[in-house]
Amino acid sequence: MRKVKSSPSYKEKARAAAAKAASLGEDIDIAAFGAEAEAQPYQADPSKLPAQAKKQMLETGVILDDNSQRSGTYIQMDNMPIHYSSRQEGIEVMAMSQALEKYDWLADYWWRAVAVDTDKYTAHIELKDSDGYFIRALPGKKTVYPVQSCLYLAKAKLAQNVHNIIIAEENSELHIVTGCTVASGKEPGLHLGVSEFYIKKGAKVTFTMIHSWNPEMAVRPRTGVIIEDNGLFLSNYVLMKPVRSLQTNPLADCIGENATVRFNSVLVAPPDSHMDTGSRVLLNAKGAKTEIISRALTTGGTIIARGYIEGNAPDVKGHLECRGLILEEKGSIHAIPELEGNLAGIDLSHEAAVGKIAEEEVEYLMARGLTRNEATATIVRGFLHVDIVGLPPQLAAELQKAVEDSEKELM
Amino acid sequence: MLEIKGLNVAVEGKEILKDINLKIGTGESHALFGPNGSGKTTLLMAIMGFPRYQVTKGKIIFKDKDITRLGVDERARLGIGISFQRPPVVRGVKTRDMVSASLRGRGDEKTIAQLAERTDLTDFLDRDINYGFSGGEIKRAELMQLLAQKPELTLLDEPESGVDLVNIALIGKLINELLEKDCPIRTRKCMGLIITHTGHILEYINVRTGYVMLNGSIVCQGDPHEILASVKEKGYEECARCVR
Repeated sequence: MRKVKSSPSYKEKARAAAAKAASLGEDIDIAAFGAEAEAQPYQADPSKLPAQAKKQMLETGVILDDNSQRSGTYIQMDNMPIHYSSRQEGIEVMAMSQALEKYDWLADYWWRAVAVDTDKYTAHIELKDSDGYFIRALPGKKTVYPVQSCLYLAKAKLAQNVHNIIIAEENSELHIVTGCTVASGKEPGLHLGVSEFYIKKGAKVTFTMIHSWNPEMAVRPRTGVIIEDNGLFLSNYVLMKPVRSLQTNPLADCIGENATVRFNSVLVAPPDSHMDTGSRVLLNAKGAKTEIISRALTTGGTIIARGYIEGNAPDVKGHLECRGLILEEKGSIHAIPELEGNLAGIDLSHEAAVGKIAEEEVEYLMARGLTRNEATATIVRGFLHVDIVGLPPQLAAELQKAVEDSEKELM
Repeated sequence: MLEIKGLNVAVEGKEILKDINLKIGTGESHALFGPNGSGKTTLLMAIMGFPRYQVTKGKIIFKDKDITRLGVDERARLGIGISFQRPPVVRGVKTRDMVSASLRGRGDEKTIAQLAERTDLTDFLDRDINYGFSGGEIKRAELMQLLAQKPELTLLDEPESGVDLVNIALIGKLINELLEKDCPIRTRKCMGLIITHTGHILEYINVRTGYVMLNGSIVCQGDPHEILASVKEKGYEECARCVR
């Protein structure tokens, strides 16, 4: 738990919003989940974590046995940070509780990118004095390898609360890989996570998040991003495993000129999974640009794929692309692309398509000698492959591998 | 050898081809002429085995095997390949993936790179197949896949349509490679059946026999250049009058 309390005004706002249902998604009863978990010892050497936990973390891109390809590591088990370390000078990785003790100025970032009273989940995180990670790149510093973090839910029927802050100071470059996963394959659990990103002038952040839940989990991430002049935020989100109920709709606010945001997401919904995901971008400064690309595939579950771009400044440009593929009769995909332009001379566009695999395409591949199954698998693999511009090659390869591993199970 | 005996083909319940008889000997290439809608593409699609093209009567024999009831992929693996007139765009599937699929393990990345160089498509390997390709690029991409597949019988549906004059020579060269035209006739195995509207491609490829198709039937068979000259002069109406 955090030792440093945030200002009373946040607590008041949080209390006022404690029962406020979110505007989207099923209303989750937080009280139905446990609040307390056993204290976990700090683990100076994360390679000594139990093999099963390490294996699950590895599936979400978190490598603990050999951290030579990582600039830093943060691991949270249930509600307790159990390891944090940085391997590169100028890159800070610590628990939020520690960062709040160290930096008075952190209060200036507190609940600025996400409002504390957004809904009962953000309020709960404040009221529980939740810990989380603090990752910061000092001015001009660039990560050689990504920083990794893992939010691991070990205890069954627990509400995991996380509050993260990521700061990329001016002209820095930060690559983050984060994996969120759960120990049990079937026990219910609730994951609540607030992530606030601050991308300063000329800074670049790539954030690659791989989720791996179970069919009983409810998940409510709340993410806000503020991007200054010439800053770049690139988010990649992958969820290819079952989840009972996920609702997330990150908001990126381009407040600086020529700020750029890209959201890529790859979602696969097995039967009984319900995923309501989206990305929102506000183009509030001259020359700001965004691209939102989502691939949604259902083998029986429901996906709501939202996208929202708002243009409020001259010469802004935004494109939204949502493609959905329904592989089984019972699956459902609801694409909701929205554009709002409030100025002449802006350029916003979208394309959305939902359907099954075209028979003509399958037969085209079969005419080259592939069986029907091979042809379908090739098309699905192609569908889920998102060309990601801006990721370091090694990270792009890791991400691609994670997607391919999940595809094998799918096919 | 390919032999088609008394073939009737229906599309969505409507009979399109009637009593088609045709024989392509080992190492031979034949051309198929005919006006739009006469059934040329239907014949190629039926030989390839696309389910939409239903054989209601007759047989298709390939390499002494009755393939009339075989699936598309089985025919492809048996050695039949097709260059589509208008292949579909498959978003996300790269040109490289298509070539790799066509190779079926008979080559590696280097083989793919060489094929791309031969077809002048090096910059297209990592693009979605056929997405935003020009007419000529589509045809070359089709031929690149066929060169990887190495079929014994190549079905070519208007390989020159939409191709500019500079590219047509390259297309001709690639087809000649596919059909092993540089091999002596005695050792040549590959066969071809080429639909051509304009006949331009025949300036590059040596074709032994030509057929004229009208209203779903083959009405004439003979020297392809003679047929072409006659069609150019008198049109297909003359073919209709002079059914032999």
